[in-house]
Amino acid sequence: MTNIIKGGSFLVEEVDINRVITPEDFTDEQKMIAKTTEEYVANEVLPVVENLENHEFEHSVRLLKTAGELGLLAADVPEEYEGLELDKISSALIAEKMSVAGGFSITHGAHVGIGSLPIVLFGNHEQKSKYLPKLASGELIAAYALTEPGSGSDALGAKTTAKLNAAGTHYVLNGEKQWITNAGFADVFVVYAKIDGDKFSAFIVERSYPGVSVGPEEKKMGIKSSSTRTLILEDAEVPVENLLGEVGRGHIIAFNILNIGRYKLGVGTVGGSKRAFELAVQYANQRKQFNTPISSFNLTKEKLATMASHIYASESLNYRTVGYFEDRLSQLSAEEQKDGKAIAGAVAEYAIECSIAKVFGSETLDYVADEAVQLHGGYGFMAEYEVERIYRDSRINRIFEGTNEINRMIVPGTFMKKALKGELPLLQVAQNLQSELLMMMPEEVGDEPLAQELYLVKNAKKIAVLAAGAAAQRFGVKLEAEQEVLVNIANIANQLYAMESAVIRTQKAIERDGAEKAAQKLLYTQIFCQEAFAEIEKEAKDTLLASVEGDAGRMTLSALRKLTRNNPYNLITKKREAADKLIEAEKYIV
Amino acid sequence: MNIYVLVKRTFDTEEKIVVSGGKIQEDGAEFIINPYDEYAIEEAIQKRDALGGKVTVVTIGGEDAEKQLRTALAMGADEAVLINTEDDLDELDQYSSAYILAEYLKDKEVDLILAGNVAIDGGSGQVGPRLADLLGINYVTTITSLEIDGTNVKIVRDIEGDSEVLETTLPLLVTAQQGLNEPRYPSLPGIMKAKKKPLEELELDDLDIDEDDVEVKVETVEIYLPPQKAAGRVLDGELQAQVKELVNLLHTEAKVI
Repeated sequence: MTNIIKGGSFLVEEVDINRVITPEDFTDEQKMIAKTTEEYVANEVLPVVENLENHEFEHSVRLLKTAGELGLLAADVPEEYEGLELDKISSALIAEKMSVAGGFSITHGAHVGIGSLPIVLFGNHEQKSKYLPKLASGELIAAYALTEPGSGSDALGAKTTAKLNAAGTHYVLNGEKQWITNAGFADVFVVYAKIDGDKFSAFIVERSYPGVSVGPEEKKMGIKSSSTRTLILEDAEVPVENLLGEVGRGHIIAFNILNIGRYKLGVGTVGGSKRAFELAVQYANQRKQFNTPISSFNLTKEKLATMASHIYASESLNYRTVGYFEDRLSQLSAEEQKDGKAIAGAVAEYAIECSIAKVFGSETLDYVADEAVQLHGGYGFMAEYEVERIYRDSRINRIFEGTNEINRMIVPGTFMKKALKGELPLLQVAQNLQSELLMMMPEEVGDEPLAQELYLVKNAKKIAVLAAGAAAQRFGVKLEAEQEVLVNIANIANQLYAMESAVIRTQKAIERDGAEKAAQKLLYTQIFCQEAFAEIEKEAKDTLLASVEGDAGRMTLSALRKLTRNNPYNLITKKREAADKLIEAEKYIV
Repeated sequence: MNIYVLVKRTFDTEEKIVVSGGKIQEDGAEFIINPYDEYAIEEAIQKRDALGGKVTVVTIGGEDAEKQLRTALAMGADEAVLINTEDDLDELDQYSSAYILAEYLKDKEVDLILAGNVAIDGGSGQVGPRLADLLGINYVTTITSLEIDGTNVKIVRDIEGDSEVLETTLPLLVTAQQGLNEPRYPSLPGIMKAKKKPLEELELDDLDIDEDDVEVKVETVEIYLPPQKAAGRVLDGELQAQVKELVNLLHTEAKVI
C-alpha cells in the first residue's frame, strides 16, 4: 500500500513530521560517505585548485578517475550496471560535501547528475550496459547539452535538428549547444535536437562521432575550475540506437533531469554556504581592529547569527526535499524502479519543492557569500582569499538549472495546476478559511519552545491560501501574465516551506534530545521564522493590493492583519546568544 | 597470516578541548580513529593484500566505539572486535587495557599485531609494549617501514628523527609512526561492504576477567589545559646586545637556563 506525500501539499496541509528527514536522522553509513567525500576534496582536489582555476583540465580528468575509484561517481547508478545504487540522502551528501571544491564540484555534478542520469533513468538496457559501468568508474565522462544561443529558459525552442539518413542507420545532427559544462574533456554528451525540425528528442552523442567538435573555452566570472565550451554538431552522425527515450518525448527527459538538477544544486549550495560561513567566522575571530577581535562586535554577531539561521533553514528544507524523493522512490516496486517513466512521475511530483530548494539554496549561498566577503573587509576583495572565489563561484547558481525567476514562476503555476486537477484541496481549504476568518478571534500562544513558531507556520499557510486564492479569483487563467503577483506568491511559498522545515527539524530534535540540547536549533528557528514571517506579510499584502479592490480589498487586508497578529521577540538578544556559540565553535554548528 | 590491529577511539584533532569539573567534556565532540592507529590499519591491509590472511581490528571501550570499528572495516579490515567495558569499568589505564587485550589474544593464533605509536589523547605509548610483554612476543615501536619475508621481518624505526634498521621474526608487535604509509579513506563500496562484515562484541565476563584484576593503577590527580601561548617578541638593537638580552630573558623570565 503506497502512501505518498503529495508535492506542494505543505501549502495547504499538515505534514506528518516523522516522515520528514532531517540531518539528525542521517545514518552512520551516510555520515561515513559524507566524510569520505570531505577527505577526497581536502586531500585530492583542494591541493590543485589553482591548477584547476587555470584551466589545467588534465587534473579534472584525473580527479574524476580517483573519484570513480572511491565510488563517488556511482551513487545513482544501479547495481546491475556496476553502480552502488545508494539512497538519495547519501547521493545528496556527496553533492553537499563536494561543493567545497568550488568549480570542480560543477564538473562532478554535471557528470554524475545531468550527464549520467538521463541514461540511468531513460536509457534502454543496451544503452545502460554500454555506458553506465564506464560512467560510474570515471572511464567515460559525461556532459549535458540542452542550452543554445537562442534558447535558454525556453528550452523547447531549440534549433538543433536531427534527420534520419537514407540508409536508416544514423541520425544526422546539426546545430550548436552553448555553455556545455565538461565539454573540454567529456566523452559522452546527452544532446537534445528536433527530429525533422519539430520532434524534440534526446540522443547520446559520443565525442568521437564524425561531425562532433567543441569551441574554445569560455571566459567566465566564476566556477573557472570547470570547463565550459560550445558543442558544435555539423552533420554529426549518431547511430539510431543512440536515440534516448522516444521520438518527440525529449521534453519529458529534459524537465525531469532539470528537477533532479535543481534539488542537487540545492544541497550543493548548503555545503558552499557552510564553507563560506566557516571562513567568515574564523576570520572574524582572527582579525583585530581597535585591539579587539571583530567577532566581539555586536554587528558582527548580528551578521553571523542571521547567516547561520538562513543556512539552518536551507539545510532543513533541502534535506526534507531529498527525503521526499527517497520516500517516494523507495515505494516504487522493483519493476517500476527500472522504468524511467515511473521514476519521472516520482520526480515530477516534487517540482514545487525542487524549485524552492534551488531558489532558496542559491539565494542563501549568495547572501552568505556576500556577508562573508563583507566580514573580510578589503581582504575579502583580494584573490588570495578563498572567500573571493566563493563569491564569484556562487553567482551562477541563481542562473543555471532554470533562472530563479523561472523557478519562482513554476511554484504557483504548478500549484494552481495541481489544485485544478484536484490533487491538492485548495478550493476546500480556501472556503474553510473564508468562514474561519469571519469569526476569527486572537489566539493565545503558549510559551513552551516552538509554540510561537508553530503558530506562525500555521498562519503562514492560511496567508498563502488567502493570497493565492485572491489572485486566482481576480485573474483566473490570465494569472500567468501577472508575473509580479506570481513571484509574490512564490516568495510566500519559499519562506513558508523554509520556516516549516526548520520548525519540524527543531521539533524532532527537541523530542529526541530535549530542549536544552536543541537550544541552538531553537534560536535559529526563532530568528528565521520571525524574519521570514515578516517577508510573507509583505508579499501577501502586495498580492492582495493587486488582486482585490474597494470594500472587498479592505476586508481582505484586515483578514491579513488578523493572520499576521503576533508577539515578536527582541531578536537582538537571540542573535547575540546564537552568535556566541558560533564564534566559539568557529564554524556553522547546530 | 593472522593480523590484529589495536584501535582506539579518540577526540577529533580539530576538536576544542573543554575541561570542566576536572574532566574533559565529551558532549557533542566528534570522535575519530586515533590517527596513529590509522597507519597501523593501513599497513595491516597492505600486508594482508600482499601475503594473504585476515585483519582483525580490536578496541576496548563503549558502544560508541563501534563507529570507529565500522570505519576500519570500511577501509578494508575483515573482522572487528569490541571489548565493551562500559558497564563494568569506570576507568581504564595502560595496565588494564594491556591486560584485557592480552586475555583476549592469549589463545589466538597471532602472527602480527599492529598498534599506533601513541594515542593522541592519553599519549602514553605503553599499551602496545605492555601487551607484547604479557604475550611474551617481540615488539618494535615507532616503525616507518615493515618488510616481511616468511617469518623474517625487516624494520626501519624512527629514533627521534634518525632511522634504525632492525631484523626480527614473527610473531611480533609493532607500533606505527607517521611516515609508515598513507592511510586510505574508506571507499563507498568499502562502506557498503562494512555493514555486512562481522563485528563481535565481548564483555569482561566473556574473557573470564574479574573486575578486580583490571583495577587501574594510575591515579589522575588533576586535568588542566596548557597555558595560553603568549605573543612572541622580536628583539632589536645591536646583535651583541640582542644576544645578551635573550640570555637574560631565558634566565630570568623563561627560567630555562
